[in-house]
Amino acid sequence: MTLKEKIMASQIWKSIFRHDFEDTPSNRGKVIRSNVFLHLHPLRIPEHAMKIRFTWCMGGITFFAFLVECITGILLMFYYHPVIEYAYMDMKYLQFDVPFGQILRNVHRWGAHLMVFTVMLHMLRVFLTGSYKRPREFNWVIGVVLLTLTLLMSFTGYLLPWDQLAYWAITVGTNMGAATPFIGVEGPFAIVDKFNDVRFVLLGGTTVGANALLRFYVAHVIAIPAIVFVGCAIHFWRIRKDGGISRPL
Amino acid sequence: MAEETAAALKAKERADKKKKNPHVWPELPFKELMCAVVVMFVLIVWALLLDAPLGEIATPSRTENPAKAPWYFIGLQEILVYFDPWYSGVVLPSIIMIGLMAIPYLDTNPKGVGEYNFSARKFAMVNFLIGYFMWMFAIVVGQFMRGPSWLFFWPWEVWDDSGHHDEITLFNIDNKTSIIALAIYAIVGFALPKLLKMKWAKNLDWTRYTITISLLLLMYLVPVKVVLRQIFHVRYLIATPWINF
Ligand code: HEM
Repeated sequence: MTLKEKIMASQIWKSIFRHDFEDTPSNRGKVIRSNVFLHLHPLRIPEHAMKIRFTWCMGGITFFAFLVECITGILLMFYYHPVIEYAYMDMKYLQFDVPFGQILRNVHRWGAHLMVFTVMLHMLRVFLTGSYKRPREFNWVIGVVLLTLTLLMSFTGYLLPWDQLAYWAITVGTNMGAATPFIGVEGPFAIVDKFNDVRFVLLGGTTVGANALLRFYVAHVIAIPAIVFVGCAIHFWRIRKDGGISRPL
Repeated sequence: MAEETAAALKAKERADKKKKNPHVWPELPFKELMCAVVVMFVLIVWALLLDAPLGEIATPSRTENPAKAPWYFIGLQEILVYFDPWYSGVVLPSIIMIGLMAIPYLDTNPKGVGEYNFSARKFAMVNFLIGYFMWMFAIVVGQFMRGPSWLFFWPWEVWDDSGHHDEITLFNIDNKTSIIALAIYAIVGFALPKLLKMKWAKNLDWTRYTITISLLLLMYLVPVKVVLRQIFHVRYLIATPWINF
């Protein structure tokens, strides 16, 4: 018995991998079935669905970008304080002092752009292949929610560096909240004042300040990603419950 | 004998089906891994070549001009030129999101699922692509062709005030004329597809037809307003002390 064989015959190995790896039809099934991540897939799917020219892999890349953002985001959190005294300094610190800090920040920033871009393309692909039609209507709806959340996730992250670009972009953006009909102070038919309108809820104040930074931070690092994560779980589960990836009749 | 052939046929059918539905392992996870590797490679190269922007520290007393939203929201900011904030910043985006969610319930055409089939669903394709294109167009204009005070500059122009931005006086069309024009727009919009006996219109029940046409009329109101503003210098169609449109 070689060492490899010994290891693979041991109780520990067998408790982890419940099949061997010979390329047989039964093992091909077991690989997928016995792994929680691979088990997102069915055992078999139609040939066309595996083609990159059908899905453009855009849903998958969007999800991958999300995972990259989660990992780089957690790393960034070790260096970032969501208070106005530190936020900007932490960016400088990341750029000039933290080992690989600049590239970490870059990957997180460009990854966010990538995710927004690919989710737009994914929606286009799903439309072009008519994949929203019965029985997949509801998964499209979940998709639109995911699109919105992706945009909001990027937007809330935009404030965190606390530089001029961030500050004024978020000021312009959240002023839209104040323009909401009825519940925005500057909107038509306002029934609120500036201390209890939509913008106040978004900012925790009437202008972008310490409270806004904290709110955006919490939304960015936990609230929205948590919902996106659950949303993705539902989205992927529904693909299978709706009869697998769409195919021509 | 007959039984045997039937069984053989069944077996063959099953084999065919399996061939059309091949195993996911190892092909698909391998492709996904390759996608991930390529994306990661692109991201790292991108991150090595280009630093994430960082401006000066936020100073509430010093306004940034132009203060641009991030690119994916710049389309809405661009629309601010043509509509007041309550519409371009709140109501329009809400309608877009609700309209997008409604698509599967409005489009009853069963054709073209799981394939790129333009000719079987021309109406849906054309309108969605126009909407999608308008979105991209607004983003490109806002991102690359707007300078200080949201003035128009070609991407190769420097942001100076060299005089081609003459102050244009805008005017409001009086409310009565506008309401009549909008009513005509709506009536024509509702009647035309039915009068022309377009296939998609024939296949829709009244509820779906009404919602579809309403959403499309709202969508096309955006380019209509762009033309009115840019060519005819119209500011508002409807102007009241409470709300402008
Ligand atoms: C965070 C955002 C999203 C993620 C991570 C995601 C992920 C995925 C993945 C991995 C698939 C499998 C097939 C493929 O890769 O194309 C898929 C399919 C699908 N997605 Fe998404 N998606 C997202 C947003 C959206 C959006 C914005 C829409 C539409 C508005 C949408 C609608 C659908 C539909 C209907 C399917 C089934 C497609 C079919 O059966 O051919 N998704 N999604």
